[in-house]
Amino acid sequence: MLHGLRKLDMLETDHSLSEDAQTASRTLAQSFGIWKADERVSVTSTTKTSFSEQTEWMLKVRDQRCKTSFGALFDHFAPRLRGMLMKNGFGAAQADDVVQDVMLSVWRKAASFNPERAEVSGWIFQIARNRQIDVIRKERRPVPEELAMPESTDVDGEQVLGVEQETAKLRSAIARLNPEQRELVEKAYLGEFTHSEIRDQTGLPLGTIKSRIRLGLERLRHELKGER
Amino acid sequence: MTEISHHIPQSVLTAYVSGSLARPFALVVAAHISICEDCRAELAAHEAVGGALLDDFDPIMVSDDLRDRVFAGLDDDIVEPAPVKGTAVYPAPVMELLNGKAPKWRSLGPGAKQCILEAGEAGSVRLLQIAPGFEVPDHTHGGLELTLVLQGAFKDEGGRFARGDVEVADDDVEHTPRAEMGEPCICLAATDAPLEFKGLMPRLLQPLFRI
Ligand SMILES: [Zn+2]
Repeated sequence: MLHGLRKLDMLETDHSLSEDAQTASRTLAQSFGIWKADERVSVTSTTKTSFSEQTEWMLKVRDQRCKTSFGALFDHFAPRLRGMLMKNGFGAAQADDVVQDVMLSVWRKAASFNPERAEVSGWIFQIARNRQIDVIRKERRPVPEELAMPESTDVDGEQVLGVEQETAKLRSAIARLNPEQRELVEKAYLGEFTHSEIRDQTGLPLGTIKSRIRLGLERLRHELKGER
Repeated sequence: MTEISHHIPQSVLTAYVSGSLARPFALVVAAHISICEDCRAELAAHEAVGGALLDDFDPIMVSDDLRDRVFAGLDDDIVEPAPVKGTAVYPAPVMELLNGKAPKWRSLGPGAKQCILEAGEAGSVRLLQIAPGFEVPDHTHGGLELTLVLQGAFKDEGGRFARGDVEVADDDVEHTPRAEMGEPCICLAATDAPLEFKGLMPRLLQPLFRI
């Protein structure tokens, strides 16, 4: 399940993709039929006024160490994590160990959850993936340096709603994939992939969510500068 | 934050997100993201896809026993070890492999030094230090190489690479990178091929000894 990139994968990779990531993913997505021309990058208009349940739970865990909210997160995510791990080839007992570690990390690392840059599910996914690799390879996976968190726990509501909105778009794009496409996306993100599969999966509208997260990062940078 | 013009290719980033990327490359990705906001946002976007898939996964019931075990662990006084911090040159994931100490350089011949961080079945990752004006030794022998510049800059057929830039090289691509004048060029180089030469063996002898 774990392997290096093959030569071919790399040779045919567009090395400057991040510059045209938006254009590229849009073009690819159009061929997938999951991205319409009118769904432009929109970072200002938000129609919702309250955060998602998951975000609320996670903020209560982070800021108030609320066990009830943690229980709600556990009941939602633990069975899904278990499903994901078992599909990835983990046996029941080993999957349970990983679920336990991941959910405890959710509790212990809660302080580093920043809803302006990630939605709860993406944040938990990343913890789970790191843990999975640690277990399989019996070593700690290299992870990027964590950004310092601002002292204040205030959140920019509009930015949080924006991240949620972009994630919702992503979800509906995923929901609209046909079974084969869905299979490819799952393979690419959950384990094995091949060159052509990687190409195709970038058809998801990553451009807009990326701009959203970028805003969150910029705000964080300004805040940290201001505090010094 | 300086302007970075050569980023992690999408396919490599997705492989990192899924966990299928070989460890030496994963280290370069983690080091680059530590100093590149663009790719940090890109990574988070990919993780959002992973999150959406996780959220939509068919749940498999977990036992009450597991739930109890997790809740019992909430009150444990676990002090997470303070994360290693990066320096002006070495990003945190590199500092971690250096155990927080300065690299121990070994000569690789005129104008070049190296410090092997890890070498194993999955390939190797090391630091290279090239004196101003010198060529980066030809060290790719089969396989792929990802090179992240940490200090100074080098130029080759692929352009100019300065701090934060990543070059993706392959055996089939003929390239002769040369360090710019100014401060020595320090790079983090990862390859999935076995290390071909160690220490002072002159390059000319390598084909003879097949090392
Ligand atoms: Zn980058």
